[in-house]
Amino acid sequence: MLSIRNIVKQYAGHTALSGVSLEVERGQIFGLLGPNGAGKTSLIRIVNQITAPDSGEVYFNGEKLNQSHIEKIGYLPEERGLYKKMEIGEQMIYLARLKGLSRDESIRRLKIWFAKLGMETWWKMKIEELSKGMQQKAQFVATVLHEPDLIILDEPFSGFDPVNAEAIKDEILELNRNGATILFSTHRMESVEELCDSIALLDKSKKILDGRIRDIKNAYRNNIYLIEYTGEKISFNGAQPFELVDETSGEDNSHTIRIKLKAGATSNEVLQYLIPKTRINMLQEVIPSMNEIFIEHVNQIA
Amino acid sequence: MNKVLLIIQREYVTRVRKKSFIIMIFVVPCLILIMGGAITLIAKSSGELSTLEVVKVIDESGTFAGKFHDIKNLKFETTHQSIDAIKKILIKDDNLSALQIPVDYAKKDSVRIFSKKKPSFTLTGEIEKQMNDIAINNGMLKNHIDTALLHSIKSDISLNSIEVTDSGDKKANMAADIGIGIACAVFIYISLLIYGSQVMRGVIEEKTSRIIEVIISSVKPFQLMLGKIIGVGLVGLTQFSAWIILSIIATKIAGAAFSAPQGTMMSIIGVLKNIPFGYIMGVFLFYFLSGYLLYSALFAAVGSAVDSETETQQFMFPITLPLLFTYILSVSVLFYTPDSTLAVWLSIIPFTAPVAMMVRLPFGGVQPWQLALSMSLMVIGFLFTTYVAARIYRVGILMYGKKASYKELRKWFFYKE
Repeated sequence: MLSIRNIVKQYAGHTALSGVSLEVERGQIFGLLGPNGAGKTSLIRIVNQITAPDSGEVYFNGEKLNQSHIEKIGYLPEERGLYKKMEIGEQMIYLARLKGLSRDESIRRLKIWFAKLGMETWWKMKIEELSKGMQQKAQFVATVLHEPDLIILDEPFSGFDPVNAEAIKDEILELNRNGATILFSTHRMESVEELCDSIALLDKSKKILDGRIRDIKNAYRNNIYLIEYTGEKISFNGAQPFELVDETSGEDNSHTIRIKLKAGATSNEVLQYLIPKTRINMLQEVIPSMNEIFIEHVNQIA
Repeated sequence: MNKVLLIIQREYVTRVRKKSFIIMIFVVPCLILIMGGAITLIAKSSGELSTLEVVKVIDESGTFAGKFHDIKNLKFETTHQSIDAIKKILIKDDNLSALQIPVDYAKKDSVRIFSKKKPSFTLTGEIEKQMNDIAINNGMLKNHIDTALLHSIKSDISLNSIEVTDSGDKKANMAADIGIGIACAVFIYISLLIYGSQVMRGVIEEKTSRIIEVIISSVKPFQLMLGKIIGVGLVGLTQFSAWIILSIIATKIAGAAFSAPQGTMMSIIGVLKNIPFGYIMGVFLFYFLSGYLLYSALFAAVGSAVDSETETQQFMFPITLPLLFTYILSVSVLFYTPDSTLAVWLSIIPFTAPVAMMVRLPFGGVQPWQLALSMSLMVIGFLFTTYVAARIYRVGILMYGKKASYKELRKWFFYKE
């Protein structure tokens, strides 16, 4: 659906993107992760045709990106904002018409969305009369009103309270179920892990990692397990099929240990070793978070 | 193109709907009405005397009595009553005054005039003139100068300026030309500044409210800038048309209500008739539009480069400088010499032409080739500034929280798309 090929973008004095390539498949929720200043917004602006790359190409549905694609993309920028002195209804219609919708059609769709998000009474209100959260909701509606194939959300949950963030998340998931492809960008990597199918990690203008979340995590599994047991504290003598990473003792004689499997060992062998000795409450594989993967990866490069 | 229309529509409608716009439309004709009223009243109280004034002359010197001659609406009566007795009558009659001439009338401020209300300048001026004439006459007689001979060689010269044109001679009305020239210059200067800074404020508003990124993910920055400039320009034209129409109605009503003295009114109309209004209006419209396009593009670029209105100062100054410079020259010097080399050049250079040309125009000395050259340069000028401004604008609107310097602006100009 969206193919970004070898994009280079330089601003005077620094490089924002150096040879970034990405593939976003239709129907995916794609997370663009990376710390502040990694080049996420620069890339998103290029996809939105706000700026043009110095070199490289972007293909949308197999066609080279052009003006006709504007109507198929919805964009919620990181820096939110609407005309302060304009009535919401008028403003939403204006923005929808800029995306190619007719006046009547935008009014019809707005009514549906306003009812859905409990905004019916806002129609005649001015933006400056709304709270920040309400403004964000209005802006979200403006982003998706023209039913775009690709929805680009830059830091979508910043500024929402937990209740509204949940509501918006549900809307995003529903839009995705109805066929829209979603491209997220965020520097809070843990926040979209559960939402995304695929991700790309950007750091210092370069893509350092991309792929399906499951695949990435599998690649980064390092055979660490978390085990909780109740009973006498076990002392390990080196004959066990794992190495102890650390251990803590809790109340009621319960103990938590973190272990790393020895080469060739499996979790079953760990259980076989432990079961005769104590009562096991839990065994869980510790899968690194995206944050940890990111830090590990950056450290490897450095 | 359709999207530019949408932007124009929004810019226009949101501004025209504002209360301040509607109020301004009515305030200006009201001001013109009040000014017209004031001018009529002044015209009434100066110039000719409108009612019959009687001056009682108490001549203690014996030099003047009987030698005053009556003019229209002014009658002199010699009296021998005492000043105190006359004062009693004066209290009751507005149009009566008493002139007391003491024996040593030549002494400064010794001649006095009494009246219930303040006497008009016309009245005192006429009396002074007549008394001086009589005194000089007496002096000549005393020194045995033949006054009859002097009278016969006395001259009364006043200049009647005639402009020679292709269509025959016509009376030159310098005062009216100067008035209209300066009025046009002031008007175009103020309106370029007002509407230019409206564009600038609009750009700053979009930038500070951060809606800019949403909009330019839908339209190109150039389309947005163009739409804004045209939208605000149309607001300006709407305002002008409303003012002109309402002012004409207002003066019609005022003319009927005040019933200005025929003489004054007729002479003003006579003067104005010689000035080709349609021509001046047409040229004014051209220079307003082209000047507006030229300057508002620059204003838009300034708006895009800053984060708030307080930061605009350093960029505003060089932009408004040529305008201010021509404006000051126009209202102080140019109208004396509307066809001097300086005036001609200023009216041809695009940045100064709108003001300078409007000053020169009513005097009729503008050659067709000068006008043609100036107009074509205006068109080239605004195409040029729009191009430069658009290149700065497209980068500037996305730069938040970065203090722009001239060096920075030059860099932006050379950025690739």
